[in-house]
Amino acid sequence: MSVRRLAAVQPESFAFTPENVKWAKGIIAKYPEGRQASAVISLLWKAQEQHGGWLPEPAIRAVADMLGMAYIRVLEVATFYTMFALQPVGKHFVQVCGTTPCLLRGADKLMHVCEKVIGHQNHVTEDGQLSWLEVECLGSCSNAPMAQINYDYFEDLDPESFEKLLDDLRNDRPVKPGPQVERACSGPVGGPTTLLDQSLYDGSVVGSWKKRFDETKAAKEAATVQAATEAAKPKETSPGEKQAAKQPTDKTKGA
Amino acid sequence: MLHDRDRIFTNLYGLHDSGLQGAIKRGSWDGTKMLLEMGRDWIIDEMKASGLRGRGGAGFPTGLKWSFMPKVSDGRPHYLVVNADESEPGTAKDREIMRNDPQTLIEGCLIASFAMGANACYIYIRGEYVREKERLQAAVDEAYAANLIGKNNVHGYPFDLYVHHGAGAYICGEETALIESMEGKKGMPRLKPPFPANMGLYGAPTTVNNVESIAVAPTILRRGAAWFAGIGKPNNVGTKLFTISGHVERPCNVEEAMGVDFRELVERHCGGIRGGWDNLLAVIPGGSSVPLLPAEQCQELSMDFDTLRNLKSGLGTAAVIVMDKSTDVIQAIARLAHFYKHESCGQCTPCREGTGWMWRVLTRMVRGEAQKKEIDLLLEVSLQIEGHTICALGDAAAWPVQGLIRHFRHEIEKRIDDFTARNTGDTVIPVAAE
Repeated sequence: MSVRRLAAVQPESFAFTPENVKWAKGIIAKYPEGRQASAVISLLWKAQEQHGGWLPEPAIRAVADMLGMAYIRVLEVATFYTMFALQPVGKHFVQVCGTTPCLLRGADKLMHVCEKVIGHQNHVTEDGQLSWLEVECLGSCSNAPMAQINYDYFEDLDPESFEKLLDDLRNDRPVKPGPQVERACSGPVGGPTTLLDQSLYDGSVVGSWKKRFDETKAAKEAATVQAATEAAKPKETSPGEKQAAKQPTDKTKGA
Repeated sequence: MLHDRDRIFTNLYGLHDSGLQGAIKRGSWDGTKMLLEMGRDWIIDEMKASGLRGRGGAGFPTGLKWSFMPKVSDGRPHYLVVNADESEPGTAKDREIMRNDPQTLIEGCLIASFAMGANACYIYIRGEYVREKERLQAAVDEAYAANLIGKNNVHGYPFDLYVHHGAGAYICGEETALIESMEGKKGMPRLKPPFPANMGLYGAPTTVNNVESIAVAPTILRRGAAWFAGIGKPNNVGTKLFTISGHVERPCNVEEAMGVDFRELVERHCGGIRGGWDNLLAVIPGGSSVPLLPAEQCQELSMDFDTLRNLKSGLGTAAVIVMDKSTDVIQAIARLAHFYKHESCGQCTPCREGTGWMWRVLTRMVRGEAQKKEIDLLLEVSLQIEGHTICALGDAAAWPVQGLIRHFRHEIEKRIDDFTARNTGDTVIPVAAE
């Protein structure tokens, strides 16, 4: 668990924009009647987005009112989930993954860059452009080390590329999310070692599997036809067999 | 070695069109109606026969899990919930499915929901995956627009699919915590029983499956249980997405056969261990929750559930974290201890207090500022956490620490000796009970 408290200085009030109210209604409709509480995370998220990246206390009450939930329930949610920033953040909120897979590939060096460029964690630079936080695994482990900045992942970083990235963000220069080295998503650098068979992509896989079903179906049909023909055939049976066939029926009757 | 034509995720790296048309050309949504017409029982039997074990970490047979859902509804709706809260350190496979091959997942959701009598399915994606959520939502919208899913879809089975997102809580990957979270509460695991198949989301029968388990289902049904069961090793069959991270030359995600040899996996796909094979120190073979294995146990190592379990580790999510000899292994595990301390939901005392305690002791051990008797104390505390909590997070926090002590006790002792040698005289070395 981590200690998470509401910011000391709070705005007077919070209200969703009409556009966001409309959006929220669409989200609530995804859940069954009476289960609107399911939308709480989405709505808090939207409130955070609308409020410059952090969640103020009046927004927590506004969401509770909208969903018919007790304030304390929504406060619980807001303090439990770590993606709700309860303190003001920079315009570019840098979250450096510090968990072991990233640490092994140099996340500590990225954090030194943050300390040098931005300052200590949760400190917003004077120009309001940057703040940073060490977070737990962001699920981009084969592209480590990486950082999430607002909604985008920046992967395969090193201290130099990261420092340049922070500088670009601070000066609102365009940046490229995703891997910062030459690679496709999480494929190996230098090109994939698998999925090289071009016949996977020319459409020839479509329908190729149906043969098995057709064969099974044909076999089944053949069996049915054969059974039908055999049933239709007048059977030549010996009197002994007739007797044997009758017996179970007789026994059943007797019982 | 697995052939390309036996790989299920053919757009794993996003090199091809991830949209609906591209997916159809690669074989998605091919004869789905025909599969549904084979009936619920056939689908479940086929999944059972395929030997697919859940890809979320525990390795529970997927077909069997599906069969636990009530056959007939008692009036309550049934739900399928897809666990896309991929947060296990080292794991980054479901992300690639959702952003690059989303139609495999969407088709799987329809088929699995049909097999379990569910008309609604929710995909719970972790909050940090904002872009992946957008990509997945776009794919869902495309499937709706093509009438592949929806109330009156071309498959004749009313089915709605919703994307739901979290907000940064590892614990929500635990199925009952995920359900709590979906209901708009803190993600605190529930006691079982009742199991979700009887009382899950909104009190209705629910099955929670990992993304990969659901996304492989359509291909298994098309190509047949025998095809899937023919790949890999007995009881550990099929293909598996491996996420390789850490000290390899080229970390990547790759789909390989279950039971692939560890050395082959890293040398073929990742360019080998950084600094050569002999530079290997240890491997965490299945995500942060499983104990590490030292290099000597990795010389010939079959990457499958049973082999790794017999080595007192596990395949988990097949997230392979490689450490070379430059690694401070105590620090690597101490950082995981911090992760579990941060992610404990705080519901059960052994976990809430124990994870923080272990982290603090390990942090001192990284510096060597400890006493040797504390190693056994740490082991004992980890055993007090394991098995004494509602969910498996307590176990998951204890295992990496136990693995460290099992294989690298000498390393901790050496660190303590070095520290003591440097700090003779009046330095007071604290004991564990702070």
